[in-house]
Amino acid sequence: MQLTSHEFKQNSVKALADVQLQKALRNVEKNFIEKRAKAAEALPEFDALRDNAKAIKDHTLAHLDLYLEEYEKRVTESGGHVHWAENAEDARRIILEICRKRNAKTVTKGKSMISEEIHLNDYLSEHDIEPVETDLGEYIIQLRGEHPSHIIAPAVHLNKDQVEADFRRVHTHLELDRDLTEPVTLLAEARAVLRQRYFQADVGITGANFLVAETGSSVIVTNEGNGDMTQTLGRCHVVVASIEKIVPTLEDTSQILRVLARSATGQEMSVYTTFSTGPKRAEDPDGPEEYHVVLLDNGRTAMLGTEYQEMLRCIRCGACMNHCPVYHAVGGHAYGSVYPGPMGAVLTPSLNGIDKAGHLPNASTFCGRCESVCPMRIPLPKMMRHWREDEFERQLSPKPARFGLGFWAFFAKRPALYRAAVSIAMPIIAKLGGDRHRLKSLPLASGWTTHRDLPAPEGKTFQQQYAARAKAEHHG
Amino acid sequence: MSLNVPTTTPRVGLFVTCLVDLFRPSVGFATIKLLESADCTVDVPRAQTCCGQPAYNSGDRKDTADIARQVIETFEGFDYVVAPSGSCAAMLKKHYPELFAGDPHWEKRAAEFAAKVHELVSFLTDIRGMTDVPGSFDGTVTYHDSCSGLRELGVRSQPRALLGSIDGLDLKELKDADVCCGFGGTFCVKYPDISNAIVTKKAANIEASDADLLLAGDLGCLMNMAGKLKRQGAKTEVRHVAEVLAGMTDAPPIAGSGR
Repeated sequence: MQLTSHEFKQNSVKALADVQLQKALRNVEKNFIEKRAKAAEALPEFDALRDNAKAIKDHTLAHLDLYLEEYEKRVTESGGHVHWAENAEDARRIILEICRKRNAKTVTKGKSMISEEIHLNDYLSEHDIEPVETDLGEYIIQLRGEHPSHIIAPAVHLNKDQVEADFRRVHTHLELDRDLTEPVTLLAEARAVLRQRYFQADVGITGANFLVAETGSSVIVTNEGNGDMTQTLGRCHVVVASIEKIVPTLEDTSQILRVLARSATGQEMSVYTTFSTGPKRAEDPDGPEEYHVVLLDNGRTAMLGTEYQEMLRCIRCGACMNHCPVYHAVGGHAYGSVYPGPMGAVLTPSLNGIDKAGHLPNASTFCGRCESVCPMRIPLPKMMRHWREDEFERQLSPKPARFGLGFWAFFAKRPALYRAAVSIAMPIIAKLGGDRHRLKSLPLASGWTTHRDLPAPEGKTFQQQYAARAKAEHHG
Repeated sequence: MSLNVPTTTPRVGLFVTCLVDLFRPSVGFATIKLLESADCTVDVPRAQTCCGQPAYNSGDRKDTADIARQVIETFEGFDYVVAPSGSCAAMLKKHYPELFAGDPHWEKRAAEFAAKVHELVSFLTDIRGMTDVPGSFDGTVTYHDSCSGLRELGVRSQPRALLGSIDGLDLKELKDADVCCGFGGTFCVKYPDISNAIVTKKAANIEASDADLLLAGDLGCLMNMAGKLKRQGAKTEVRHVAEVLAGMTDAPPIAGSGR
């Protein structure tokens, strides 16, 4: 998708006025939070598991090169191929070459945020290869020409009436009077259509939740089984994954899996957890003939050793956005980036530059709820603050804000001058508040008073009153 | 008297917070009363302005560090430093040491200073063992957990325990009490529409609680919620928790009373 993070403000105003979207967002707030809380409560060692998961990833990131080399070796041993892609262009080109070698006309796809990051669908379409999304949510938004608004629930911004309308619009070969009013009938409709596509597909492309260095396996977790169909029914399976998905061992993978689904959907485990190691072997009844892994960097190694390294622990569970009051208010599309919410507010500037994504780390109240639920204990507010520092140092933040801050800081650093200035100002503002003790509007404070009254000051400042009392006691 | 030996009556430096100083001095006096009733002597240094959060959260590290050094120098002679705000206390306690990480001189000084800093209500209960307060109140109150105090300092049970000790005070839990009110310092003026959406939800929960009075421990959040409630014509009154705990409710409520 095109990066429109610089239009975040306009996007958010539109989102706030979208009645249907606001209704859909209430489901995010209601469902995900409660389910995660219950799952966490039901597992006494949940926090210990989080610490453990964090430690595994920290260790892996400290030795990323070694584990990636080990992984490549194991994949090759099992008959697969590893391709290294430095950027999105490389990854797209590599995938296209693989598809062309197989004369592919249709490729099925499991849900993959990395393929969104590299704009894979558009690229394949431009080169006469039809990509078909098989995850229900991804399938729906593909029909609509949209992009995911959430990293695990791509169509969470829609309601079922919209989906019904889309199905009736696109699936014109089916009977008109079929029942599409319930989620289960919608699912059956998508399943029937997609089943045909699996058999047509020449190549199946999936992402990976984990890459296991010990065995050279790629791991996907899904609730629909569509990922399994994608990777076993096509004659060629292409895994596209970013380098930080690596974990050392199968045991490590199972440890992190224990916090993943609980944090994301409140499940103990996702319905399907599938490990793929190389292509079909002679004795296997099914599976792809070819197995490729495209390992994408796209700015990740540049994050190593910086303030943003900890972001590479992210396992894409979506808990941060599920708990974020800003995400609840505007939804994922407003962020104008592949990765929305708090994790996107850190990752998007890392991948695309703070000059293009400056709004995202600023549009946070720093309430800290994202960090409090992050299974990998990523200090999201702290890293958003780092982005604000980078932005400030490079003088990219808006001029009026910089001027205002400079003006304020001048006084904040000079207590006597500050006291003198506020001693004059506050009684005047207090007077404006009158007997109601609040102001309907105040010049230069419209950001505040457009939506709420400004509580009036009591009059004299605390320091004035305190000094006066001390003086009275002294003389008394 | 050696500074290393805790005195029976500790000397507390009151970090009054800029919003309390400017908008709500009554919170400062309530804080002094509470600290004195917890057997502390209180001093209010003149050389204080703000904890530096507006600069820190805007990415201006240099001005933040200048302000932080000023605060540390002003307050490091006290046994304790107490602020009637989880957000400002967290700034002093959690963020000052981070700010000076790697600085050979100031890192240690900031860490020693940070160890003495406390948010008011948790200081009263956790450090001073206070279980009874001088306050009195007759009516229904509800309590909003401000984000910094809750998540950075673990202030949650303490205000509820002290409020629960007041006869006649009926504490009703607020739905989503731990969800941000949308203030977020400069966030509320940088993204006014999103801030408004968040505080609108908060105001609806407050009104649904049917409480006469909304309390919280941070003046920023309180001004935001009071401003919204009054703009909507709600009758719920709003005060800082220290005012009720100290029994100092003479000043009109935040943003006034009545619709």
